[in-house]
Amino acid sequence: MFDLWDKIQQSLHLKSQRHFTGGIVHARQYKITAHQPIITCPVPDVLIHPIKQHIGEPCEPLVKVGDRVLRGQMIAKAQGYLSVPVHASTSGTVFKIEDHTIPHPSGMGLPSIFIKADGLDEVDESLHPLPNYRSVDAVELRERIRNAGIAGLGGAVFPTFIKLVHDHHNPVETVILNGIECEPWLTNDHQLMVEKAHEIISGMDIVLHLVEAKQGIIAIEDNTLDAVEVMQKALVDMGLTELIRVQVLPTKYPQGGEKQLIQAITGKEVPAGRLPLHVGVVSFNVGTSKAIYDAVCLGEALTERIITVSGDIVEKPANMVVRLGTSMRFLLSECGVADFDNLKIIHGGPMMGELMSSIDVPVVKASNGILAMQRQTIMQAHHEEEPCIRCGDCGDVCPAALIPNLLAKHCKEDQFERAEDYQLFDCIECGACSYVCPSHIPLVHYFRYGKGQVAQIQREKTFAEESRMRSDKRDARLAQELAEKEEKRRIAQEKKEARAKALAEQEAKKAAEEVDAPKTIENKPEETS
Amino acid sequence: MIFLSSPHQHGGNSIQLTMYSVIIALLPAAMVSVYLYGWLAVFLLSLCIGACLLTEYMCLYWMGKNTNRVWDGSAALTGLLLALTLPAAIPAWMALFASIFAIVLGKQLYGGLGFNPFNPALAARVVLLISFPLQMTTWLIPMHAGATLEMYDFVTSLKFFLFGPDAIQQTWDAVSMASPLGYVKTELTQGVTVGEALVNYNYSTLHAFIGREAGSLGEGSALALLMGGIWLMARHTISWHIPVSYLATVALIAGLFNLINPDLYAPPLFHLLAGGLILCAFFMATDPVSSPSSGIGKLVFGFGCGLLTWVIRTFGNYPEGAMFSVVLMNCAVPLIDYYVRPRVYGYKRGSKA
Repeated sequence: MFDLWDKIQQSLHLKSQRHFTGGIVHARQYKITAHQPIITCPVPDVLIHPIKQHIGEPCEPLVKVGDRVLRGQMIAKAQGYLSVPVHASTSGTVFKIEDHTIPHPSGMGLPSIFIKADGLDEVDESLHPLPNYRSVDAVELRERIRNAGIAGLGGAVFPTFIKLVHDHHNPVETVILNGIECEPWLTNDHQLMVEKAHEIISGMDIVLHLVEAKQGIIAIEDNTLDAVEVMQKALVDMGLTELIRVQVLPTKYPQGGEKQLIQAITGKEVPAGRLPLHVGVVSFNVGTSKAIYDAVCLGEALTERIITVSGDIVEKPANMVVRLGTSMRFLLSECGVADFDNLKIIHGGPMMGELMSSIDVPVVKASNGILAMQRQTIMQAHHEEEPCIRCGDCGDVCPAALIPNLLAKHCKEDQFERAEDYQLFDCIECGACSYVCPSHIPLVHYFRYGKGQVAQIQREKTFAEESRMRSDKRDARLAQELAEKEEKRRIAQEKKEARAKALAEQEAKKAAEEVDAPKTIENKPEETS
Repeated sequence: MIFLSSPHQHGGNSIQLTMYSVIIALLPAAMVSVYLYGWLAVFLLSLCIGACLLTEYMCLYWMGKNTNRVWDGSAALTGLLLALTLPAAIPAWMALFASIFAIVLGKQLYGGLGFNPFNPALAARVVLLISFPLQMTTWLIPMHAGATLEMYDFVTSLKFFLFGPDAIQQTWDAVSMASPLGYVKTELTQGVTVGEALVNYNYSTLHAFIGREAGSLGEGSALALLMGGIWLMARHTISWHIPVSYLATVALIAGLFNLINPDLYAPPLFHLLAGGLILCAFFMATDPVSSPSSGIGKLVFGFGCGLLTWVIRTFGNYPEGAMFSVVLMNCAVPLIDYYVRPRVYGYKRGSKA
């Protein structure tokens, strides 16, 4: 019924295909790095490689302390299905493997491989280039993309190879290349499109070949129109205009979100709990596309990525190619930051980025931006919370169409069942609600708290359930033991009784025999003699 | 270490900005009230705003809260809205009582800003209407609608404001007139048709629109209210949902019944321009605290307000039903918020998880 209504709306163009639900049209822009050419960050002396830089299972180190490694050499291998390996990003010697702080707001640590660079930057040649990828078997290509360590470089770091399957039951119709800057301050994707259009499009062509899709769409927002021009020109140069087209979308945050982009382009919503594949779409970031090209056509594993370094105390903000494992302290000092005492680092962008507890964390595959801000600026952005006036602005901008103010209230009051009823877990934490809130309520903070608490309760419930089951089992076992004991006792008793009876019978017999005894006694001497 | 969650930037909206925007949007209507009732309007507006601010300050002080909150604009807005819903001839002490009631019982006892189930100004207005129906339905003749001009000079106005008509040697009958809604209602009970009643009243749609009909201070000019309301919608301080669904519902129902029997049921345009409907639709029903949060909930809320307004006006004892309908719908807000929710991304309507 409602599907029909949706179709009518679409056919009447009542429901624009160029929009997603909610969103902020005029998010505050601070693109001081726009149109700045990509520069290369020098290789630092020490590189730190955490063994997990993707969503999924951590890798297992393949090297020992003292081993010499080359750039692009696999130093930790994938474990399980949802996992991609980690590679050394320059040549040098492994000098320790121990826990190190990773870019996470909690400041938690993970086992990391420390490499002392030898300055030679020798490249591992084990992956040979496959420029004629169309003639290569799909399985081999996927394995190559996996072994090159590629995970979504937009920030979600979902292992890319998992998306690149051709399934006959769920054929991919559209491949969407996400050329939308995921955060309002970042410019790395934009600049990458301007400078590396051919590589990006080749990477997309590899994906189109792998998933056997009919069309590819490059999505770009209308605040980066120079990228549109470059991409269109590249498509014409490469003769791919039939297969791939550029779609310009009105600038709106969070359009870079996968589900939002799919809604804006196809008008379809990814059903809750499903992958975009379910609606026949595969989408990935331009950086990922470039990495796929590098891995397949050049035989290079993922050892570097492009990062926007920005913020109000960064003297030389830049779009930079940075080796994975470079510490943020090194990166920032390259960008002209001298005073490290009075700053706060945001890993990511201003809307979803996480505040780092240390500046010695390494750059990882997920690092799309690093903002160094004065402590004061950050504090000013986080006002004191005032009471909610229920204006509903948060709901208007929510891309998931939730009612954030009620949801936050339930989380704040620890009413998690109600919060789940208001679909807490459909929140994508984009931060649009907190951004527009007139009362400066940190709504996303409450949602994270709520999600954490629900997970905790779930764990406790599972634990309690398991304990209960264990205890039930123990009771059952005890009961059985008791029953067995009882049974044994009963049997023993029976036996005893039987024996007693037998004895009694015997005695009775004896007694009866005793009546005849004199005769026997009399007879006995005779017998013995 | 202080834990700060993303986002790390803010759009710049604030409670103050919201409240003062609404106050600015009400200025045209306040100016029209001064034009219509002269010094009386000035006295009433200042008394209500001043009393609300002072009461708010006292409450915050006694409750041990941050007294700077008095300047967040919400108390001043309550005072302004309250004054605009009162008739110009209201005795000063009643206005004072209503202001204190609005802040203390309408807002602070529920926990202050953000927790009041009713719009404080409307709650106070309803209490006055039920307690003092005579004074609350006595409409002064506006300055430029045939009133004796001497009545509106400063000293006479002040005397009248403080001590009532006796102080200026006038009778109520001499200074008051009926409002269009009240007049039509009375005439209908005597078997006169709507059309005839309107002719007898000398009703003019244009006058009702630009504001020369008798009524509460702020109800005079639909034009001034619309200017403010549309400005608020344009800057997204209020959303379009409530005013549009409210006014559309009244217009549709009134139009339907007017088609069925034009002698018994007033035409839609009359309903739209009469009484406090526009003031309620743009400024009362849209009070964020006491209206639903979601867009679809707001549509339902507006529909309920419209339906009740028309029903009370047509079948109720009171000639005007706009403020009752909003207060009644305020009661239904938690229910609406619970049952009427937007469809969440990735779910089919009506199905969950």
